[in-house]
Amino acid sequence: MLTVENLSVRYGAVAAVRELSLELGRGELVALLGPNGAGKSSTINALTGLVTPTAGRIVFDGRDISRTRTEDRIRGGLTSTPEGRHIFANLTVGENLRLGAATRRDPKGVRADTDRFLALFPVLAERYTQAAGTLSGGEQQMLAISRSLMSRPKLLLLDEPSLGLAPRIVAQIFDFIGQLKTEGLTLLVVEQNATQALRFADRVYVVSSGALRYDGPPAKLADEHGLLNLYLGG
Amino acid sequence: MDYALQQLLNALAFGAEYSLVALGLAVVFSIMGLVNFAHGEIIGVSAYSVFLAAALGLTSPIVAVLLAVVAAALAAVTFERVAFRPVRYAPTTTGLLTAFGVSIVVQNLFMLLISPKPQSVSILNSLNQMWFFGPFAVSSLQVLELVVSGLTILALVLFLNKSTLGLAIRAASRDFATVRLMGIRANRVIATAFAISGALAGIAAVFILARRGSVSPDLGFGLVLKAFVACVIGGFGSLAGAAAGGMLLGFIEVGLLVALPQEYGGFKDALTYVIIVALLVYRPEGLLGQRIELGDKEI
Repeated sequence: MLTVENLSVRYGAVAAVRELSLELGRGELVALLGPNGAGKSSTINALTGLVTPTAGRIVFDGRDISRTRTEDRIRGGLTSTPEGRHIFANLTVGENLRLGAATRRDPKGVRADTDRFLALFPVLAERYTQAAGTLSGGEQQMLAISRSLMSRPKLLLLDEPSLGLAPRIVAQIFDFIGQLKTEGLTLLVVEQNATQALRFADRVYVVSSGALRYDGPPAKLADEHGLLNLYLGG
Repeated sequence: MDYALQQLLNALAFGAEYSLVALGLAVVFSIMGLVNFAHGEIIGVSAYSVFLAAALGLTSPIVAVLLAVVAAALAAVTFERVAFRPVRYAPTTTGLLTAFGVSIVVQNLFMLLISPKPQSVSILNSLNQMWFFGPFAVSSLQVLELVVSGLTILALVLFLNKSTLGLAIRAASRDFATVRLMGIRANRVIATAFAISGALAGIAAVFILARRGSVSPDLGFGLVLKAFVACVIGGFGSLAGAAAGGMLLGFIEVGLLVALPQEYGGFKDALTYVIIVALLVYRPEGLLGQRIELGDKEI
């Protein structure tokens, strides 16, 4: 589904990502773990095209999208829920969902999907016509993920879905992520919160200082040179 | 009574015109952070299009109005495509200097290709008549300015609240990167914003032509400075603020004209700015401006 080869991202003199290679199979849930500043978000932004990598190749769904514009990558079935949620605070909940489906031309399907997420997260239904900025952090995260799913992606990149949320809400969000996996969606979840991310992950990558430090099943990660402690602080 | 009504209408008409031009600036600024000082030249292109069409034999005022609006929208989209798109991701000062550059180049083109002197345009004069309502005589142009501006702003509000592209423009004013993550094309959003901005300038151009009956190369420049002030009063980037700021500016100007004795009339502009400075001391972010809260981390 997604192959990343030797991806490098630099901001001026600072190397954020160094020759990172990743592989995601169809229907897989892969966790990308690492401490703050490890280059996780830069990797995600390079995958969506919001930052231009200095080197490397990205192949998605059989097509080389390294030079494709962000908008066309999204239209091709890749999407991301950015770190910090980035809901449109000045628009209503309903309008946020509508923009998520902006590329679709099947009003019936869009309505069905909207109804589905409103049933899944009743608070979004209650606050449908209210400004999304008035939602709590957890509700905003539910909206942000629902909004991403409105485009019916094949691959969803989730950047720190647990950021700044209470543990109970984080567990709820990850239950939903696990459910998406069982529905067949391919997911790349970037996290600092290793415990939650490893619940459903098929495989784990650990990055630090922009480079890959571990690549393997979650079970092995715990005893591998104390990697968890070293990079993730437990 | 007649005098008071006349001055009220004056203020509303001036305010409406400032609002239209200020909205044009604000629509573009809100999503791109670009203060388009070439906005006046969009008004210029629109006015010269009508002048050229009239010189070539156009006589219908309705066609002239449509031409003015379409020419302005096309000019705005062209400026964006040719001049602003290459510097879209450059620092804001680059955009500002580009806008001044476009303004100077286009004004000089008007001088070189047409004439540095004002050219008479009489095709829209029929919009400017006296209407009599019982004992009151009012200028048809001022009534039209008020009504058309009101309808235009209503249409804009509907577009921004009901259409997907309008929602995208509002969303882009806060967070353009995330709008692109929705698969919505940045170029399309920006081109639409420029087209709207241009159409608003075109409507303003119709009123200017109807009132002045002539066109000159610096036609729009002074007006854009006024519109810039209106945006600052209202809070830069806020569309409602731009409309309110334009209206307030109209009222301040006309109010001063009425209040000042004849021999001090020359102080009108100076006093206008004194009032505005006082307003900004009291509310530095403008009437309806607000600090935009950014996300946890900027993309």
